[in-house]
Amino acid sequence: MSTPETKLNPMLTPNKAGFTKKDYQGSVSTLCTGCGHDSITMHVVSAFYDLDIPPHRVAKLSGIGCSSKTPAYFLAGSFGFNAVHGRMPSVATGAHLANTSMTNIAVSGDGDTASIGLGQFAHLIRRNVPMLYLIENNGVYGLTKGQFSATADKDSLQKKGDRNKFQSIDLCMMALTLGGDFVGRSFSGDAKQLVPLIKAGLLHQGTAILDVVSPCITFNNHQGSTKSYTFVKEHDEYLHEVGFVHGAEEIKVDYEEGSLKIIELHDGYKLTLKKIERDYDPTNRIAAIDRLEKSREAGQLLTGLFYINPDSLSLKDTLQLCDTPLVEISAEALRPSESALAEIMDELR
Amino acid sequence: MTSKINDFSISVATVNGSGSQSSNQVLIRSIFRMGIPVSGKNLFPSNIQGLPTWFTIRVNENSWTARHTQNDILVCMNEGTYLEDVKSAAAQSIIIHHDHMKVAEIRKDVRSISVPFKDLVAKACPEAKLRKLTVNMIYVGIVAELVGIEESAIDEALDQQFRAKSKVITLNKDAINAGREFIRQTQPNFKSPCQVQRRNETKNKILIEGNAASAIGAIFAGCQLFSWYPITPSSSVAEYFSQYADKYRLDKDGKKTFAVVQAEDELAAIGMVLGASWMGIRAMTATSGPGISLMAEFTGYAYFTETPAVVFDIQRVGPSTGLPTRTSQGDILFVANLSHGDTKIVCLYPGTVEECYSFAYQAFDLAEQLQWPIYLMSDLDLGMNLWMSDPLKYIDKPLQRGKVLHDKDFERIEKFGRYQDTDNDGICYRTLPGLKDRRGVFFTRGSGHNEQAQYTESGEAYVRMMNRLNKKWDSAREYLPSSVLEYQSGSRLGVIAYGSSHDAMRESVHELKQNGIDLDYLRLRAYPFDSKLEDFLKDHDQIFIVDQNRDGQMRALISQDSKYAAHISKLESLLYYDGLPLAASSITLDIIERVNRSVAKVG
Repeated sequence: MSTPETKLNPMLTPNKAGFTKKDYQGSVSTLCTGCGHDSITMHVVSAFYDLDIPPHRVAKLSGIGCSSKTPAYFLAGSFGFNAVHGRMPSVATGAHLANTSMTNIAVSGDGDTASIGLGQFAHLIRRNVPMLYLIENNGVYGLTKGQFSATADKDSLQKKGDRNKFQSIDLCMMALTLGGDFVGRSFSGDAKQLVPLIKAGLLHQGTAILDVVSPCITFNNHQGSTKSYTFVKEHDEYLHEVGFVHGAEEIKVDYEEGSLKIIELHDGYKLTLKKIERDYDPTNRIAAIDRLEKSREAGQLLTGLFYINPDSLSLKDTLQLCDTPLVEISAEALRPSESALAEIMDELR
Repeated sequence: MTSKINDFSISVATVNGSGSQSSNQVLIRSIFRMGIPVSGKNLFPSNIQGLPTWFTIRVNENSWTARHTQNDILVCMNEGTYLEDVKSAAAQSIIIHHDHMKVAEIRKDVRSISVPFKDLVAKACPEAKLRKLTVNMIYVGIVAELVGIEESAIDEALDQQFRAKSKVITLNKDAINAGREFIRQTQPNFKSPCQVQRRNETKNKILIEGNAASAIGAIFAGCQLFSWYPITPSSSVAEYFSQYADKYRLDKDGKKTFAVVQAEDELAAIGMVLGASWMGIRAMTATSGPGISLMAEFTGYAYFTETPAVVFDIQRVGPSTGLPTRTSQGDILFVANLSHGDTKIVCLYPGTVEECYSFAYQAFDLAEQLQWPIYLMSDLDLGMNLWMSDPLKYIDKPLQRGKVLHDKDFERIEKFGRYQDTDNDGICYRTLPGLKDRRGVFFTRGSGHNEQAQYTESGEAYVRMMNRLNKKWDSAREYLPSSVLEYQSGSRLGVIAYGSSHDAMRESVHELKQNGIDLDYLRLRAYPFDSKLEDFLKDHDQIFIVDQNRDGQMRALISQDSKYAAHISKLESLLYYDGLPLAASSITLDIIERVNRSVAKVG
């Protein structure tokens, strides 16, 4: 879907919001060279640039771990909150309720989400707090030198040779069974698939869960790992080809009759899913759970958008909050009158 | 028994879940309506139904309303505890009890009033299924008749309790009248020594629980996010907040200008508070000891990142689940030092329900002015019991939002550093997400940072940050409520108390004076302490310090600061930790004994 503008150097060419791609970059990454997370950072930059979202309208949230450092490496013009380990979802919930007009991007890792933060992850989905929740999943604790995480597959090998004896937690399956309204999986090295999914997640009006396998070049890229570049490339199974168009843009992908699914997103954007598996319906939760379980049995790494409910009810409406973002309400409007206090006092006499 | 006009205590022993709460409310409010000061303390179990509960009412026209250790009237409705209740009753007390309880056989020195509650309620309440609830109103009628509560006062209290639900009111009134009639017929010649006589001491007063007062304070301070996890004795703060906010904090379309979120745990509760504060609104949570444990990490994060937060700790007995429905001041040291690394947490110690309100309000100003977590240290006694108070006063001054820079401010600013001490008071300027000017944008992190909020592991930068936080700590003293010299006689003998001990303490000072002991009383209201504490320590030779915990936590907190070191040996702890609301007589007896001992030593 290249337009004449994007053929120009995006680093120098402003988008519709007036920002160049450079404006969406952050400070220099301190992660290891070749880290999957740095690729994801790049894709996040592209997604925001393409969506014309002004950086100051974005809030970046993260927990603790290599993944959670990355919000410093994109969108330098956005405020970021690097929370404590496993507790970013609650911070994000409070931040969202305070200002529902911001676009939230949350970055977490497999330790931060699947172990210490599993409870908050579950309740974030249960409340359907609008944000893109991106899990940079490498199956390993990098900062503490290579221990298995809870998403490491059973029987996969640690760098030192130890075998993982425990079942892995599939965060997509969890999100589906918890009632998540947007659940997908991708690979850090797959810009073609990941960028449209990031965009769709940012536009989604509830919690969008994206589990992105992102190899750890230092501690989990060896033979016997199921989160290595080689393994992912060999076992990646596309559910469909993902595309992304805006409003009147022509849908240019080639497809057979009846094999394209178009999903309407917020602000006139559309996600296109070219059906490689013809019968798959991404708006059917049961089908998604079934397909995911089958891929696990077959030892595949299934990627794509597993499930979406475009009519997700946002938390603001669930809680019957006013339309004005809470932070914009004036102090005067927040304080009941003197007569209100007198009325309360009368009831206590 | 000598005559006790407007000066006695009633204890009602029931089983929890039996619906006695309405009866107790009607009883206490009807006395209050006759212009006589009262207090109500609910001693209840951690249980839904079937365990013993005692509700004590102290009637005192001089407004001494701390718990009294001896009761003049005991109502025994609980099969399971009556033997113990009767054995421990004061001599000459009046004991109202079910007719099958053999009270007269156990105690000859009390006035036993044996009541056929079942028969009376059967006659008064035709509907069998409602009898379980209305039977408690019979003892209201009995007490009312014995002590002389006016019928009009009962009517007013019933109206208030049941909000003009006429059928319910009639039903309950019938039961009360049955109780009255029973006394008239069976005790025609008995005149109870405990009597109420109409006074004018409660005009313009209110009866309120501290938690309700705190919730009202939060609402009038413009709190917009209240996240919480249910825990006794703090849950009612959230419940009162919701109740009042749903009425007084809606916009013109009837939608909410606030969010209340029941979190999955206390970790999430405070996490939401920090996220909301970071985004720029006023946010709070309320909890008790176990919840504080879970909030420790985030509290340290907020201290170091300088993120505002308001936390109400309604203290209860620990450790662990301890006696979860009993009162304590057990979190004083824990909260003051909460979190890992070098932290110091600003605490407020309300001593009255009025302060539960005004300090709650002020906590939001302080959190934003100091950009720190502020802990309001209430407790179960203050929070969940009924206290008489002047009506809460409207605070007619603008909200103090602290040092926040917006886009328009950046027109005149050249350089910005989130942690730059521009004003040399340790308090920096903050900015909020949504700011367009990139010079003001920063990344909040619990890791080491420099003045520009950039990540650094430089030891020098860390030391600079920590020293600046210390400077802020000193600046904070000027913002906090000062200590109060509650009583001054020029004596070299002093006493220090704080929080819910105040009511018992002021009564004890009065009792001690009658016993010939004059001592000055200083009440602490905030940590860090102000200069009045230092002066008080200097000006007195022997100083008692009252703590409702085992280890003398407030004494320990004072001794943490080396500047008080010269005076610490003068501080003698008086410790109470049985979970019961503090009684004046406990303090009085302890002080008399200590003073006599000192005199003996000197002699």
